[in-house]
Amino acid sequence: MSGKSILKRLDWFTVLCYVLLVAIGWINIYSSTYSEAHSSIFDFETIYGKQMFFIGVSLISIVVILALEASFYERFSSLFYIVSLLLLLGVFVFGKTIAGATSWYDLGFFNLQPSEFAKVATALALAKFLSDIQTDIKHKKDQMYAFLIILIPAVLVIPQPDPGSALVFLALIFVLFREGLPLYFLWIGLLAIVIFVATLMFGTIWVAIILGLLITLFFFLKKSTYKAPVLPIIFFFVTAITLSLSVNFIFNNVFEQRHRDRFGLWLGLEKDPKKLEEIRKTIGYNTYQSEKAIESGGFFGKGFLEGTRTKGGFVPEQHTDYIFSTVGEEWGFIGTATVILIFTLLFLRLVFLAERQKNDFSRMYGYGVISILLVHYFVNIGMVIGVLPTIGIPLPFFSYGGSGLLVFTGLLFIFLKLDANRLNELG
Amino acid sequence: MKKILLSSIILVIGLTFIGRLSYLQIFSFSPNQVLEDSAIKAIYDYPERGYIYDRNGELLVANQPAYDVMVIPREVKPLDTLEFCNLLGITKGKFINTMERARVYSPRLPSVLVPQLSKEDYARLQEKMRRFEGFYIQKRSLRYYATNSGASVLGYISEVNDQDLARNPYYVAGELTGRTGIEKSYEDILRGRKGVKYIQKDRFNRDIGPYKDGILDTLPQQGKEINVTLDKELQEYGEKLMHGKHGGIVAIEPSSGEILTLISGPTYDPALLVGRERSKNYTKLYYDTIAKPTWDRALLAEPSPGSPFKIMNALVALQEGVITPETTFMCYHGFYVGRSKKGCHCGGGKRDLNSGIYKSCNAYFAGVFRKIFDKYPNADEALDVWQKDIKSFGLGSFLGYDLPTGRPGRIPGKEIYDKWYGENRWSSSTIISNAIGQGEVAVTPIQLANMTAAIANRGFYYTPHILKKVAGEDIHIPEYTVAKHTAIDKQYFEPVIQGMADVFKKGTAYRLQIPGVEIAGKTGTVENFTKINGVRTQLTDHSVFIAFAPVDHPKIALAVYIENGYFGSRYAGYIASLLIEKYLKGEITRKDLEKKMLETTLEKEYAKPYSGEPFRINERVW
Repeated sequence: MSGKSILKRLDWFTVLCYVLLVAIGWINIYSSTYSEAHSSIFDFETIYGKQMFFIGVSLISIVVILALEASFYERFSSLFYIVSLLLLLGVFVFGKTIAGATSWYDLGFFNLQPSEFAKVATALALAKFLSDIQTDIKHKKDQMYAFLIILIPAVLVIPQPDPGSALVFLALIFVLFREGLPLYFLWIGLLAIVIFVATLMFGTIWVAIILGLLITLFFFLKKSTYKAPVLPIIFFFVTAITLSLSVNFIFNNVFEQRHRDRFGLWLGLEKDPKKLEEIRKTIGYNTYQSEKAIESGGFFGKGFLEGTRTKGGFVPEQHTDYIFSTVGEEWGFIGTATVILIFTLLFLRLVFLAERQKNDFSRMYGYGVISILLVHYFVNIGMVIGVLPTIGIPLPFFSYGGSGLLVFTGLLFIFLKLDANRLNELG
Repeated sequence: MKKILLSSIILVIGLTFIGRLSYLQIFSFSPNQVLEDSAIKAIYDYPERGYIYDRNGELLVANQPAYDVMVIPREVKPLDTLEFCNLLGITKGKFINTMERARVYSPRLPSVLVPQLSKEDYARLQEKMRRFEGFYIQKRSLRYYATNSGASVLGYISEVNDQDLARNPYYVAGELTGRTGIEKSYEDILRGRKGVKYIQKDRFNRDIGPYKDGILDTLPQQGKEINVTLDKELQEYGEKLMHGKHGGIVAIEPSSGEILTLISGPTYDPALLVGRERSKNYTKLYYDTIAKPTWDRALLAEPSPGSPFKIMNALVALQEGVITPETTFMCYHGFYVGRSKKGCHCGGGKRDLNSGIYKSCNAYFAGVFRKIFDKYPNADEALDVWQKDIKSFGLGSFLGYDLPTGRPGRIPGKEIYDKWYGENRWSSSTIISNAIGQGEVAVTPIQLANMTAAIANRGFYYTPHILKKVAGEDIHIPEYTVAKHTAIDKQYFEPVIQGMADVFKKGTAYRLQIPGVEIAGKTGTVENFTKINGVRTQLTDHSVFIAFAPVDHPKIALAVYIENGYFGSRYAGYIASLLIEKYLKGEITRKDLEKKMLETTLEKEYAKPYSGEPFRINERVW
C-alpha cells in the first residue's frame, strides 16, 4: 500500500462533474417543488429538504466507500448479487405498491427500491465473472453465463412492472463488447430494432420485400469468385420474417393499449388528427407539457424560480423523471447545453479512466458503470425532449429520489476507489 | 473498434440532444409569449370612459353602471330554479339553455347569465343573490346619453371584432371600442388605458400568486373628458326641425372652423344603441334601407350642390378678371346649349352680378362660365385653372376633419371629360351644367358648409373639426388652428356677399329674413334622378341652402341639404334661417316658420318611388 492519501489519488475531475450535477439537480428540484410556505432548504417536510438529506447521506456513503478496502468490492460481489436477486424476488411478496408498480420495500422513513441496488450488484458480479482467469468471452458457454448474469435481474424487474430498469440491465452488454464479444451481436441487435420499427411503420410485407431486394442486390454485386454462404443467408431471411411477424403479434396481443399509443405517438403511426390530438393530451401529455416547458425557456431561460410552467405544475413528475424540463424552462438552451456538456465530459472521462485500469475487474466494472449511467441519461433526456418514447427512468444525480441518488453515487465512487487504488495493483 | 465504440455512442447521443434542444429552444421559440402562456393569466382593470361635453360645458355623454348576473357553473349548488327565474325575470327554458351554454364554454370560468340589469332590478336582487351559490353580480360601465340627439356624430361603442383585434394589439376580445363618430375618432383619449395584473396559474387554472411579484403589472389610466365643438341646444333644435325629413345639416363657426351642429336625418335616439337592446335596435336601423338612418348624410351624401355653386363660378370669374360686378348678360328666360334651351326662373332681362345672384339667374352664370373658358386658348387649360380655384375651398377632396367617415365629392377635371368625350372633343358648352352646380360637380354637406365659411371669412377657412378641449385644455393642433387660404383674393368677395345678402332682401329667400340680423345666403334646387326597375326616373328636386350671419362679423355659416324638398327656399331655407336665429338670438321670433318645420314631414315624398305606381314630382304642397 502506498502511503499517499486517498484524497491525492482520487480523480477530482470526475468528482467535480458529480458535484456539479448533484448541485444543479438540487437547484432544479428546489425550483420545481418550491412553494412560498416552506422556504427553508432544510425543511424535511419538503421534497427539496428530503433531497438535501439524501445528498447528506450520499456524502457519508462516499466516505464509507472510499474508506473500505478496494478488494472488498471484488471479493463480495457475488454475495451482493445473490442478495439483490433475493431482494428482487422478495419484493413480489413484501413489496409496497406506489403508482401501480410494486418496486419498493417500506422501511418506514424511507422506501427502498431493490432494483436500484441490483444495478450496482449486477455490474460488480459481471465484472467479477468476466475477470475470472478461467472465463473466455469468445466461448459460447461463457457468453451464455454472462448473458444470464444480466438477464436474471432484468427478467425479475419486468413484472413489477419496471421495463425501464430491465433496459438498464440489458445495457451492461456494452461491457461484453469491450471484453471481446463479437460485434455481430450488436449488429443483430440493431437489425432487430430496425425490423421492429420498420414493421410497425410499414408492415411485414414491405420488410420482406426490402430485405429480399437487399439480398438480391448482394448477389449481383458480389465478386464471381466469392462463394456466398447461401444457407445462412436463407436462415437469416426466414428469421427476420419470423421476427417481423412476431412483432405484429407482440404489438397487438402482448402490449397494452398505452404501450401501443406511446409507440404510435413516437413513430407517428396515428394518422387521424383527432385521435392524434387525443393521444397527445392523454398518453403524450407528459411529453407534450415537458416539450412546451423546454421550448418556452428559449435561449436564455426564464430565470431561477421564474419558470411559469414549472411553478404552475404543468409538467407531471417534474421533480423526478421530468426534472430536465425545469432546466430547459428556467435556464434555457444555455442551461440544457451545459448539463449535456457536463454529462458528456463525465462519460468520456470515465471511459478514459476505465481504459487506464491495469486490473481487469476494475476496467470491466468501470464499463458497467458507464453503461448504466449512459442508458439512464440517454433514455431519460430522450424522453423529456421528445425523441424517445416514454420510459420512466430517472436522470442520474439529478432526479429526486433517495435510492437512485445513493445507488448512482455508490456506483460511481466504488469505481473511483478502484481507480485510486490502481497503482497498488500488481501490473 | 471495441475501445472507441462507447465513446462514439456518447458523442452521438450528446450531439443528438444538443440538436433537438436547439430546435426546441432556439428555432421553435417565440418571444412574445407572456400572453400565450397558459400558465399566466392577465386580469384587467378598466378605467372609466371619459365624458363628452358640448362647447358650453353641457354634458352630452356620460357613463351609467350596468349589472350582469354571472355564473360559474362548477360552483352552482342545487337551487329553487323557479324562484330564481322569477327573481331574474327570465323563463325556465332560457335559464336551462344559458346554463348549458355556460357549462360548455367552461365549468370554471364565469359566463354572463343575464346581461345588463337595470338599477332597480339590481337593487332588488342584490340582497337575495347570496342565497344562490355560484352566481354573482358584476358591475359594468355603459354609455349614458344626456341628450336624445346627435346619434350619428357622437357615435356609439361596441365590442371589438376580429379586425379590431388584428389591427390593434391593445384590445382583448370582449372589450369595447368606439365604433363611429366622436367615440371612434377620440377612442384613445376617451378610453384611457386599462391596468393589467399578471397572475400565475397552476394546471388546474387556480391562482397561485402574482407573476414575477407584479413587476409587469400596470395601473389603469383614466379616460379623459373632452369638450366637443357642438352646441347642444342648436344640435337638439336642428334635429327637431329635421323631423320627418332626410338630409344633412352642418353649421360651422367661420372664425375657428368649429362644427356647431352636425345633423343627419332621419335622426334617432343615441340611447337606442346602449344596453341589452343595442344589437336588436342596430339591426333595425341598419336594415331600414329606405330611410337609412345609419348613413350619415351630413358627411357621406354627395349630391350636386345646385345654385349655391354659382357663387363659386362668380368668384373664379372675378379672380380671373373675365367679369366685373358690372358685366351683364341677357336672360331670355333661359340659355342655349347648342340648339337645346335650358330654362331659367329669374324672370328674364339684363342681369349683372348682384341680380344674377339674388335672382339665381341660370343664363347669367352660363355666360360667366363661358367667359372663364374664353380667356384661355383651350378648354383643358381653362378647366385646370377653374378646378384649382374651386378646390382651394376644400371641395373635391376629403377635408381632413376629425370624424371617421367622409366622401371626397367631385370637382371634375379634364381627365373625366377626355375619357367621356375624347381629347379636344369637349368645350365649355359641353360641360355648361357645372355653371349652375348641376352636371358633374358633387359636394357633401360638410364641404358645402366649409365653402360657406370660407366665403364668410372672405377667402380663408379653418379645417372643420369637432374637438374643442381635452381634459379642460384647449387643443393646439395646427391642422385645425392654422387658416387655409383660398385662391380668390379678398376684394372679390364683397360684391358676391352683397349679392348673397340681397337674396334675403329682395331675392329668392325674401321671406326668410331674420329681424335685426343681416344675413347672406343662397338657395339651391337640385334636379335628381333614381332608377326604378331599371328606368331612370326623375324625383322631386333636393332643397339646398347655404347661409352665414351676421354679414360683417360672421358667427355661423351653414349648409342645409334636404332630400326631395323641392325649392331651396322651402325646407332647407326655412331650417337654415331658423337655426341662425336660434344660434344668434337664442329664441325664435317667427313662430309660424318654426311651426311649419316642426309639423311638416316629407314621408309621403319618400314613399313615392317605392309605391310601385306612377307619381308626380315637384308638387306644390305649400
